[in-house]
Amino acid sequence: MSPKPLHELGVAELGRALADKAVSSREATQQLLARVTAHDTGLGAFLHVDMAAALAAADAADARRAAGEQGALLGVPLAHKDIFVTQDMPTTAGSKMLDGYQSPFDATVVARLKAAGTVSLGKLNCDEFAMGSANENSAYKPVANPWDAARVPGGSSGGSAAAVAARLVPAATGTDTGGSIRQPASFTGITGIKPTYGVCSRYGMIAFASSLDQAGPMARSAEDCALLLSAMSGFDERDATSVQQPAQDFHAQMLAAREGATAAQPLKGLRIGLPKEFFPAGLSADVAKAVREGLAQLEKLGATLVDVSLPRTELAIPVYYIIAPAEASSNLSRFDGVKFGHRAAEYSDLLDMYKKTRAQGFGAEVKRRIMIGTYVLSHGYYDAYYLQAQKLRRMIADDFQQAFAHCDLIAGPVAPSVAWKAGEQGDDPVKAYLADIFTLPGSLAGLPGMSVPVGFGEGGMPVGLQLLGNYFKEGQLLHTAHALQQATDWHQQAPAGY
Amino acid sequence: MTSSPSKLIRGYEVVIGLENHVQLSTLSKIFSGSSTAFGAAPNTQASPVDLALPGTLPVLNRAAVERAIRFGLAVGAKVAPLSIFARKNYFYPDLPKGYQISQFEIPVVQGGTVEFFLGEEKKTVRLTRAHLEEDAGKSLHEDYHGQSGIDLNRAGTPLLEIVSEPDIRSGAEAAEYAKTLHALVMWLGICDGNMQEGSFRCDVNVSVRKPGQPFGTRREIKNLNSFRYLVDAVNYEVNWQIDQIEDGLAIQQATVLYNPDTGETRAMRSKEDSADYRYFPDPDLPPLVIAPEWVEQVRGEMPELPSVMAKRFVEADGLPEYDASMMTQSLATARYYEAAKAAGAAPKLVANWVMGEISKRLNSEGIEITAAPVGPQRLAQLIARIADGTISNNAAKQVFEALWSGEGSDVDALIEAKGLKQMSDTGAIEAILDEVLAANQKSVDEFRAGKDKAFNALVGQAMKATKGKANPALVNELLKKKLAG
Repeated sequence: MSPKPLHELGVAELGRALADKAVSSREATQQLLARVTAHDTGLGAFLHVDMAAALAAADAADARRAAGEQGALLGVPLAHKDIFVTQDMPTTAGSKMLDGYQSPFDATVVARLKAAGTVSLGKLNCDEFAMGSANENSAYKPVANPWDAARVPGGSSGGSAAAVAARLVPAATGTDTGGSIRQPASFTGITGIKPTYGVCSRYGMIAFASSLDQAGPMARSAEDCALLLSAMSGFDERDATSVQQPAQDFHAQMLAAREGATAAQPLKGLRIGLPKEFFPAGLSADVAKAVREGLAQLEKLGATLVDVSLPRTELAIPVYYIIAPAEASSNLSRFDGVKFGHRAAEYSDLLDMYKKTRAQGFGAEVKRRIMIGTYVLSHGYYDAYYLQAQKLRRMIADDFQQAFAHCDLIAGPVAPSVAWKAGEQGDDPVKAYLADIFTLPGSLAGLPGMSVPVGFGEGGMPVGLQLLGNYFKEGQLLHTAHALQQATDWHQQAPAGY
Repeated sequence: MTSSPSKLIRGYEVVIGLENHVQLSTLSKIFSGSSTAFGAAPNTQASPVDLALPGTLPVLNRAAVERAIRFGLAVGAKVAPLSIFARKNYFYPDLPKGYQISQFEIPVVQGGTVEFFLGEEKKTVRLTRAHLEEDAGKSLHEDYHGQSGIDLNRAGTPLLEIVSEPDIRSGAEAAEYAKTLHALVMWLGICDGNMQEGSFRCDVNVSVRKPGQPFGTRREIKNLNSFRYLVDAVNYEVNWQIDQIEDGLAIQQATVLYNPDTGETRAMRSKEDSADYRYFPDPDLPPLVIAPEWVEQVRGEMPELPSVMAKRFVEADGLPEYDASMMTQSLATARYYEAAKAAGAAPKLVANWVMGEISKRLNSEGIEITAAPVGPQRLAQLIARIADGTISNNAAKQVFEALWSGEGSDVDALIEAKGLKQMSDTGAIEAILDEVLAANQKSVDEFRAGKDKAFNALVGQAMKATKGKANPALVNELLKKKLAG
């Protein structure tokens, strides 16, 4: 047996233990299922757990291993955000609209991870249709932050973040439209990466905002993320926006030494740009302090910090909150009670059926965004809102290219504060929207971004450092985060009681 | 761009523009791999993508694009190097996604013209655009005990919507334009042309105005699936609009349906309750980029275009333009014409027969030229017998009837059996003429006195004497000689 308890093993470690036959997938799966049973009542991370299916998958993985198959992920348990459709479990997208919905196919990301031999324990809670940043918009239940049950885990991949942070699973899938992987990773002290738009297939990922949605892994280290991303990504002919490039070995890219690097200074020569707009006066002192400590570590590892500017950072908020709802309002039209999902029990005619079905099936935040999106696309407003937002989006992307002329990576906080207390934001959606300020610009530009733990702030809550790379620089991001994690142990800290 | 002043109806000029929905003949749908075959059991040809199940995404079928390029090249349009798919948002049960993927601001085919004959007059109608889009499913309102059924087999079938400029000035011209377009898309092999199955549908925008005035308000007649209905619907609509205006009422922009049973058009919805479709570029589909190489490849694989072929028939065969256009109404007609020509028949005579007897029979029997019982070789034989003077035109028609009805299949044998051979023996005809002249001295005298009519009477007598078998040209020639002599 390995010296560490099984649930503390990350993906890479567990993979090695499985390869060494120190543990079987069935044992690992059983133990983690037991932890889900013991802890999830308080957390609310899972919407669906299928023990029988998980154990069957574990046995299949063990059989593959016994037959001589290798593979870093073969037999590794994980769980999927409930925004990915799955053939063997229900999919709700955190919405009553899809209560009991059963997909006839697996999302490409799910299918690829399945093919790699991962064992899915179940489906993870999230904000309804991935709209939210606190996981308080799930139609089923809120998710607690394992570091402080009174606080939110972030969102929309809140269930994924909480499950990984609480050591219920070594890794989970997430999706990021405006920060939904990075912000919950930051709030729960785990590592998450949103790759370049188009690196992971969106087929089978229930669409929120098609031009922004990206899948990515959430785990407890950059190395684990690299292993998962290698299996999840690659061109998919069923997604016209997926990038036509072959699957990549992000783990190898993560390990590859930089030119001119030394053992003590693996990041020698790396220029990290700090946009002044990411360090505004309103940034919480505790967050600023942790981020600065993380940056100091990166300097110690050889990186140089340079000042850059992303002048339209603040504009990212209105731009995002026009484009994302516009796309969402159209994407969510298919939930009309006709073919699948919820349909109102009583109605007088077709229009009444539509109205009642959608009024009953969608939650408040989803309805708000559908209304915003419908408004900005409507005749007479399209030019002033949607078209204008698209122009600014292009300018925001251009700003990044100007900044990348002076640096290799961009760094800053993920969020302006640590995880807030549940219910704290009350009925003011704008307050929550404003907290997305640092993750939105990268999303609008379609750039890859990570959250890497860099310490703790107010109330002992974790703080994440955001690293943004240029297009297809996932390898560089992972390499940098891995170097940091080799030198520090922030990412190894577990919340008390887990 | 009509070439002559429009004919006015009750003092009004009619202004018409068409929108044609052409189902493209791809094996699979425009954004999914499902089959497009007609007539399958409901919802058996609907994949998760067609059903818009959560998580599904559209992927463009390049075969549909290829067909759009073919059309663009055929009408001399610009094939856009970059065009954009947009979402047209509205709720309806047979529209599974709650939006239709179409092209809005930047269509794949831009401009172009369609030329045709209205009677003997050549017309040119400009095209605004042609864009790719997906078809919706079908709502079935019968047989469901007060409920509606939805069949999504058709959902996602590729359509090319071809939009004309308001260049058309009558219902007959609209029908001729639609027929030409219909023939062209079949010629190009991009559509099966089956109007009953909805493969080719016409929406007609109609307005009227006093000559010289700006365009009047238009009403759109939707979903006409026969050329005859098209003419009838437009004529009814035009008179209705003129009645309204004459009664001092304004025309309201509206969508109307034509009821073939009553022969009337009736408003379906007015502009006030028309939906705001909230068009925006579909973020699931990258811009459609068509490289010049692709266009050239398609150009290389295209059949000779009807307009090019017609020009060839005029220049090489000496056909009049009208005849050439008739010979290129369909690929099958053109093939028939060329085959008869290849078998040695004079081009103009082939054209005359195809436009005359053959099309008369095809129309009355409702069959295509490919199924004509008299094939091009047989027709060429028949024409050869006219040309060499064996039979007269009238006799040839009798032989043709016999061939068509299956009475016989050998031209010469039929001529023989029916005794239709012309008398072309100069000596025999001269002998008969001598008899006729002797018996009709009065006519001879009249002719000599300058009465030309008397000549015809003598020819008539000679023909009568030979029971119509004498070669009339020879009779004429010999008679002239004799009277002069």
